Amino acid sequence: MKIYDLIIIGAGVVGTAIARELSCYKLNIAVLEKEQELAFGVSKSNSGIIHPGTQNHPDSLKGKLCVQGNKLIRKIARQLGVDFKQIGELIVAFKQEDIPQLHELKAQAKKLGVRKIKIVNQTWLRKHEPNISPDAVAALYAPTAGIISPYRLTYDLAENAMANGVEIFTLQKVVTITSESHNDLGKSFLIKTLSTEFRARYIINAAGLSADEIANMVGISDFKIEPRKGEEFILDKKHKNLTKHLLFPLPEKNSKGILVIKTADGNTMIGPTAENCADKQDLSTTEEGLQKVLSSAQRMVPSINQTDIIAYFAGLRPVAGDDFIIRHELSVPSFITVAGIQSPGLTAAPAIAKMVGRILKDNGLALKRKWVFKALRKKTIHLFAIPFSKTAKLIKKDPAYGDIVCRCEMVSAKEIKDAINRGAKTLDGIKFRTRAQAGRCHGGFCTTRIMKILSKQTNTPLSEISKKGPGSWVVMEDRADD
Amino acid sequence: MIKKDLVIVGGGPAGMAAAICAYEQGVKDILLIERDQYLGGILNQCVHTGFGLDYFKQSLSGPEYAERFIAKIKTIPQIEISLQSFVVNLSSDKQLTYLKPGSLNQIQAKALIMATGCREKTREMINIPGTRPAGIFSAGLAQKLINIEGLLPGKKVIVVGSGDIGLIMARRFFLEGAEVKAVVEIQTKCQGLIRNQVQCIEDFNIPFFCSHKITKINGNKRVEKVSVVKVDGDFKPIKESQFDLECDTVLLAVGLIPENELIEMAGAKINKSTNAPVSEKLNKTTISGLFVCGNAYKVYDLVDTVCRDSETAGEQAAEYLKGIK
Ligand SMILES: Cc1cc2nc3c(=O)[nH]c(=O)nc-3n(C[C@H](O)[C@H](O)[C@H](O)COP(=O)(O)OP(=O)(O)OC[C@H]3O[C@@H](n4cnc5c(N)ncnc54)[C@H](O)[C@@H]3O)c2cc1C
Ligand SMILES: Cc1cc2nc3c(=O)[nH]c(=O)nc-3n(C[C@H](O)[C@H](O)[C@H](O)COP(=O)(O)OP(=O)(O)OC[C@H]3O[C@@H](n4cnc5c(N)ncnc54)[C@H](O)[C@@H]3O)c2cc1C
Repeated sequence: MKIYDLIIIGAGVVGTAIARELSCYKLNIAVLEKEQELAFGVSKSNSGIIHPGTQNHPDSLKGKLCVQGNKLIRKIARQLGVDFKQIGELIVAFKQEDIPQLHELKAQAKKLGVRKIKIVNQTWLRKHEPNISPDAVAALYAPTAGIISPYRLTYDLAENAMANGVEIFTLQKVVTITSESHNDLGKSFLIKTLSTEFRARYIINAAGLSADEIANMVGISDFKIEPRKGEEFILDKKHKNLTKHLLFPLPEKNSKGILVIKTADGNTMIGPTAENCADKQDLSTTEEGLQKVLSSAQRMVPSINQTDIIAYFAGLRPVAGDDFIIRHELSVPSFITVAGIQSPGLTAAPAIAKMVGRILKDNGLALKRKWVFKALRKKTIHLFAIPFSKTAKLIKKDPAYGDIVCRCEMVSAKEIKDAINRGAKTLDGIKFRTRAQAGRCHGGFCTTRIMKILSKQTNTPLSEISKKGPGSWVVMEDRADD
Repeated sequence: MIKKDLVIVGGGPAGMAAAICAYEQGVKDILLIERDQYLGGILNQCVHTGFGLDYFKQSLSGPEYAERFIAKIKTIPQIEISLQSFVVNLSSDKQLTYLKPGSLNQIQAKALIMATGCREKTREMINIPGTRPAGIFSAGLAQKLINIEGLLPGKKVIVVGSGDIGLIMARRFFLEGAEVKAVVEIQTKCQGLIRNQVQCIEDFNIPFFCSHKITKINGNKRVEKVSVVKVDGDFKPIKESQFDLECDTVLLAVGLIPENELIEMAGAKINKSTNAPVSEKLNKTTISGLFVCGNAYKVYDLVDTVCRDSETAGEQAAEYLKGIK
């Protein structure tokens, strides 16, 4: 009977950050994920911003963890070979009478320890952000804000954790958790999934939108996850130099407002909305959402046009009250809750991981360092991110780099095969890892080619290739089989 | 750097017709670059007949039509053909960068013809709200899956758009045994040829909804249903008329967009709303010696017209080369 020291439920950015953080210790760790691939929950559909810590209450846990996470992410990104770009954010005021609010935000941020913030005037804005609306009068400038690819961060955290011995199991939806006592081995949790069972001495509940359901399984019911939807709209890469910084309006009650975002992949993105939403599965976008985002974004950057939009999506923030809930459960010893990880959860993830480490230690788990911890990961190659001179050398070494599959985003057969070797099993998994199918034609040209590569590499019939896991089959029947 | 008198990008009917004609007009140093493993472009997946009535006075299938040009071009050694070669960069002075398995190549062209065809409009471009499950295809992708790969994309299909491509695909699905639940068209009448309206949908009793549009796609894993609504004269939805149709597939045949990102990169002016080059005369761009022909120049209905106009591009390039000598 195998008993893991620790099982993490949920392989989003938070679960994988915890796994990686703890993989330097002598522990048997497993991660259980209900989807077929990692980062298919909230961690795939967000703004990809590493927030500096502004717009948070100075006493909030999320504010503190955000400021810490912003510092920690830099080293992690370097170690894992994930591109992190510090581009800075501007919280923009459009009316003279709103300027005092900028000063308030600045004071709040100072209390939280946000570094290098300052108020900039209209002249500064015109010079450093040329496409911004002429109506912008001033802004709070936070240079430590940055951007990262949220899914690539999650995949690379997971890959590095696995290189250090963590086991990750996908298609494992946790359905019940009970306590057991063993004569010789002491106490453990028995975790049943839809297909099998696992045992662990400690559990970390990092199940995002389902964190309340997991908590209910062990009798904790003092919080409820209430999803808050955010719709985002992505512009064609042609407009990648539209802005130089992340642009925010003054914050609204429930959100940071609608932003103009530079993404790590190069596209400009506008959004998100913030609407409470009853259904945890409702990832639909709406006409109203589009109109709201468009008009707010145009207020900041008037040249944005509806025809520039090439893609859109919605994400659900897992909200449980105003703040994160991160705690050891006294009523269920050795069970740690990491819930309500709404924005800025992506930013805070590395700090959450450290905090969880401390909680485990305080509650009896011995954290002894391994002799060898592989902190570094070889950077994944993306042709779209390197100069042609480098591409030429790569193609010489491996001809498959010259075999372009996705023409809109310039993704080679080699990159797709690498993604599959690193764990991609679905078309969306390949898309998030490589950007193939994410461009202006949306896979119109390359879907069949990618299906064939995936089918061959994973020995899966074409009719069993899915977009994002079982049930989302791309085609209904293979005629050639008959 | 390698130099060529004339480089043609795109080996569909437009690129081939232009290459052959330029050769016949005296250009003897031609490179034809094609991204795919074979020549023929989009014709390869159009297995239906009806091509070439004007040009060849015969009804051919797409691949047969392409084969006539391929056979001819292969007899001309002065036209060098580079397959699996993908052009990734173009500068205003006609330097091209292209990748192929094993090498990255840079080449200086004296004259250049772009015949890169077009791409299909996506669901995102016509903004259909809703979820993003599997089962949403562009007509061209569905056509490729069925005709080339032998895969059936879906069994209960809604076709959006009633141009010839939409109509032909509705029939294709029907003949493959799928249930075509509806062809939905936002305009007041069918957009394709009358011939296709009769032979592709009326003959098979496929329900046709004009003045209707899809307002929402539903389903988490695979498409489950769509909401359809009638629109008024200004294309505004008439709310009370909304109804749902169960389906597992949404096929989008909502128009084509010329592919001109490369010439845009080189600095040629592009019409923002059509994505076609700004042009004062057939095939011309705002850069001299840089021509665009075929579906990249404008979206054509018939391949026969594509070939004739592309031959003109071959002549224009030959003329231009004589002028700079
Ligand atoms: C629109 C939007 C924009 C945002 N923008 C930003 C931003 O710019 N910056 C920022 O810092 N934050 C942002 N956030 C917040 C950030 O995305 C989240 O805080 C973060 O992704 C949460 O990660 P997670 O790992 O907790 O959740 P998830 O990624 O959802 O991970 C939880 C995982 O648990 C799995 N799971 C659930 N139930 C079970 C079960 N029973 N058994 C097994 N597995 C299970 C799920 O499938 C999922 O993969 C944004 C959020 C939204 C919605
Ligand atoms: C579904 C469908 C049905 C049709 N039915 C009919 C019909 O019944 N009758 C009729 O007359 N016409 C029909 N047509 C129209 C006809 O097929 C087209 O007008 C014609 O094929 C256009 O030719 P083209 O050479 O301009 O473009 P394409 O055939 O698209 O060729 C463009 C070529 O350029 C290549 N290329 C693009 N970018 C690059 C790059 N960066 N580097 C290298 N190579 C590149 C592409 O791979 C492609 O091979 C149909 C079209 C479609 C899509």
